[in-house]
Amino acid sequence: MWNILEYAAWALSALFGLLMIADLVRIDTTYDNELLISSREGEIEATAERHEI
Amino acid sequence: MENVTSTAAGAERLRLARVLGPAHVWALGVGIVLVGEYMGWNFSVGKGGMIAGLMACWVAGLLYTCVAMIDSEVTSTVAAAGGQYAQAKHIVGPLMAFNVGLFLVMAYTMLEAANAITVGFLLDTVAGMQGQAGLNQQPFIVLSIMFLAWLNYRGVLATLTFNLVITAIAFIAIIALFVSVQLGASAVPLDFSAITSDPLPYGWVGIVASLHFGLWYYLGIEGTCQAAEEVRSPARSLPYGTMAGIMTLLIAATMTWYICSGLIPWEYLGQAGTPLFDAARITGNTGLMVLLFVGTAFATLASANGCINDASRAWFSMSRDRYLPSWFGAVHPVYRTPYRAIVFLVPIALIFALGAPLDQVVTFSILSGLLGYTFMTFNMVMFRNKWPLDKIKRGYVHPFHPLPTIVLLILCSTAYFAVFLGYGTQLSAMMCFYIVASLWFHFRRYKFVRRGDQFTMPWPKPNGY
Repeated sequence: MWNILEYAAWALSALFGLLMIADLVRIDTTYDNELLISSREGEIEATAERHEI
Repeated sequence: MENVTSTAAGAERLRLARVLGPAHVWALGVGIVLVGEYMGWNFSVGKGGMIAGLMACWVAGLLYTCVAMIDSEVTSTVAAAGGQYAQAKHIVGPLMAFNVGLFLVMAYTMLEAANAITVGFLLDTVAGMQGQAGLNQQPFIVLSIMFLAWLNYRGVLATLTFNLVITAIAFIAIIALFVSVQLGASAVPLDFSAITSDPLPYGWVGIVASLHFGLWYYLGIEGTCQAAEEVRSPARSLPYGTMAGIMTLLIAATMTWYICSGLIPWEYLGQAGTPLFDAARITGNTGLMVLLFVGTAFATLASANGCINDASRAWFSMSRDRYLPSWFGAVHPVYRTPYRAIVFLVPIALIFALGAPLDQVVTFSILSGLLGYTFMTFNMVMFRNKWPLDKIKRGYVHPFHPLPTIVLLILCSTAYFAVFLGYGTQLSAMMCFYIVASLWFHFRRYKFVRRGDQFTMPWPKPNGY
């Protein structure tokens, strides 16, 4: 049984890896890189949290 | 597109999803740490005996209570992904921030690798109990990392809800073992006679040496603040989740020491691979044995899961500020996760999990964590000096300042000495690595950083500027 589980683990590992890589390639080829890296740190602060006494 | 925000200038921007609550913050912090109750802490007993193990448990508990209080105050104000990295950037400066970011990535990636190794070891133990000796652990190590990375890739809400469930089960398993043994479910009675017959087998230096592994009870609770940009109300959720987390861990750590020290002779406990599971096996109760096996597996997976979450956020934040190539600072337009950072860190975790021994991986993780705690001490002092309580509002104000800072610095110094006693070479190698990395950042990388863009908090000018 453990031999079968070892093969299953390898197969599932490959599957999860492929799912991530395929999606990464799909997103990177579908969207503009400037949009993908457009996140900015302070936007929560600007919209929700004000540090004023 | 609903995942995109429009700025005042009209440009569209992606952002991480703000979907988490205090329970997720608790699950992130405790999830990363609780595996320390299931493995690793018991080497402190091997270093100094039962009493030293208990003292390490409580002294490290004091250290981490200071960490949790200090972190809660600063992170409730600097609510940004990257946690301590963002704090260092705003309060100390870019070079410190770069180093703190590296401490975080190294500590969590190493811890993730250690957890994957433990999954393999645990399954090998079970296979051995079923008569299948010599299990190939590699496929299970790889699977645990790949599955959790995929989960993290798909979204933070599902990832940390999963963590909440498995962490709660692992915590309940410890309580169930404690209560069951108290009610007489164990075939072997609790025995604490070694406290009087063999109180300090290696003398007082044994207590100092045991502190190294005492950190393992709580290592990673500061990881809660990596969720800062994804919680709905950072100023409330982060302190609440962090303080609830450290209270949970103090209870779990004390129960763990009590049960394991009472059931397992300290000479064996000091070398055990899975002490809580071993304690359950000693009780002779099959139900407890199954429950603690499940607890061990869940605690290990929860820790690796939280580590992937935190390491990727730190890597993402540094890239977003161009401290690292900006390509890694991308947000997935559908899942709203730092997907490139998550994928990039997978092979690094695999290399350490498949190619490095467990004790080395754990030691590098502890050392990176310790460097981060040392930073917190002067970061806190600078924060209060530059922006006193009457200058900016905090979500949480920690009491007795600067006493927790002083206590934390003293305990960090003691822990460095403890690590030096056993792993002096690794300590030196790690320091050399960070010095070389700092030189690279100063001379080669900082010129790419957009200096004005990196300071984002709408704070008043600091005192003295």
